[in-house]
Amino acid sequence: MSIWSNLGLVYALLGAAVAVFLAGAGSAIGVGIAGQAAAGVVTEDPSKFAKVLIMQLLPGTQGIYGLLVGFITLSKVGLLGGGAAELDPQTGLLILAACMPIGIVGLISGKYQGMTSAASIGIVAKKPDQFGKAMLFPAMVETYAILALLISILAVNAVQI
Amino acid sequence: MSEQYTYAVARIRALEVALFSNATIDQLIACSDYDQCLQFLAEKGWGDSDTPAQAEAILNREEEKIWEVVKDLHVDMDKFAVLSYPKLFHNLKAAIKEVCVGDTNRHIFYDDVSVPGAAMLEIVREKEFGKLPPDMQHAAEEAYEAMLHTRDGQLCDVIIDRAALDAVYRAGKAAKDAIIRDYAESTVAVADIKIAVRSQKTAKSLEFMTRAMAECDSVNAAQLAKAALNGMDSIREYLMGTAYAEGAEALAQSPSAFERWCDNRIIQTISPQKYKAFTIGPVIAYVIARQNEIKTVRIILSGKLNDLPDDSIRERVREMYV
Repeated sequence: MSIWSNLGLVYALLGAAVAVFLAGAGSAIGVGIAGQAAAGVVTEDPSKFAKVLIMQLLPGTQGIYGLLVGFITLSKVGLLGGGAAELDPQTGLLILAACMPIGIVGLISGKYQGMTSAASIGIVAKKPDQFGKAMLFPAMVETYAILALLISILAVNAVQI
Repeated sequence: MSEQYTYAVARIRALEVALFSNATIDQLIACSDYDQCLQFLAEKGWGDSDTPAQAEAILNREEEKIWEVVKDLHVDMDKFAVLSYPKLFHNLKAAIKEVCVGDTNRHIFYDDVSVPGAAMLEIVREKEFGKLPPDMQHAAEEAYEAMLHTRDGQLCDVIIDRAALDAVYRAGKAAKDAIIRDYAESTVAVADIKIAVRSQKTAKSLEFMTRAMAECDSVNAAQLAKAALNGMDSIREYLMGTAYAEGAEALAQSPSAFERWCDNRIIQTISPQKYKAFTIGPVIAYVIARQNEIKTVRIILSGKLNDLPDDSIRERVREMYV
């Protein structure tokens, strides 16, 4: 089985990889940035561990969204069921395009959500009673990752195989 | 914007909780006497368990703690050079006077700088000024010669203080970080204004002021010196047309209000750092805020020791960063 005769499937797999890789990378960067801030606060005040841990985890969702789209894509092309579908290159490219939103938005929003979380961890460090308000700022960034997830899921499902 | 200071800034945010607010300073002033003030400071965690219950010991320990924290953050220590220049040039001043006069006093040196007291003494004694940082070499030689030939301590001070201001300003201009540039600009401008005010009061010549004042962007040293020759009103008039108009108002109130404004102006310069999350700014601001806090506590303690009334002490205390 040559790659060139299954180019459609290659494109579809590339789409799943883009969703998982880019969104996962965004989360890794974001969680890393927020983790540095969390470590700084816990060095001086270990009692704030639980609060800053929640803040650190907020940018982790993009990776989960990417994984979800990756699963849906693999399921759609039949790779999870055991029998891969016969895809023409045009259909494969459509699936690749459908995976792009969560991949790109996941990467960008993950990084910026991490930075916002780090700034909010500064609020928790000084005013722990403002934890609820502080959490809202990074949560706002999440909105756009959810929108991208929604479009990716709808688009992958809409492609006719 | 860079994420390399994320850990450091978050740690500083946690430490800022322990900084004295204006309310805490009011509580300290409200203590009935000097001993109660020391007890209050001990309760706030000042000093260590083995630190003697003496003001200087406690304040010195707090100064050491600042740099222990900064070193623990693993940030580039070159960023703090602008803050260490006053201590470094103080060591030079002390070493030149000690070598020329012959008196020995080990306690007048700072040891937490790039050239500590013993090394500075050795350099000055051997006249190896080339071993000093480039910003100091020329001033060190000039001040040494002046002190040796004229025995004029004030002239020696003027030469070294001017070199210190120039070094701070150059470091500010070369810095990429806005806080270092702003701090250097404010420090030099406020120092020039102080020189003008003090020179006016002691009837110093234009030549003296020109020699003592450093150039900076926000204050024209030549105009300020000429204003000082014409009297205090002229200084105020000149300041009203600059970014330091509040200084003119403080000058009109009282000498202590003016001294207070000089320090407050620096705190105002660093205040925006309270809202930054990814720059070195909050770390530098923390160091300046802690030094300002220690200075304020020293003023209060010496006021209490000399039985000054609370209102008189309050007039002298500085604005806090938090």
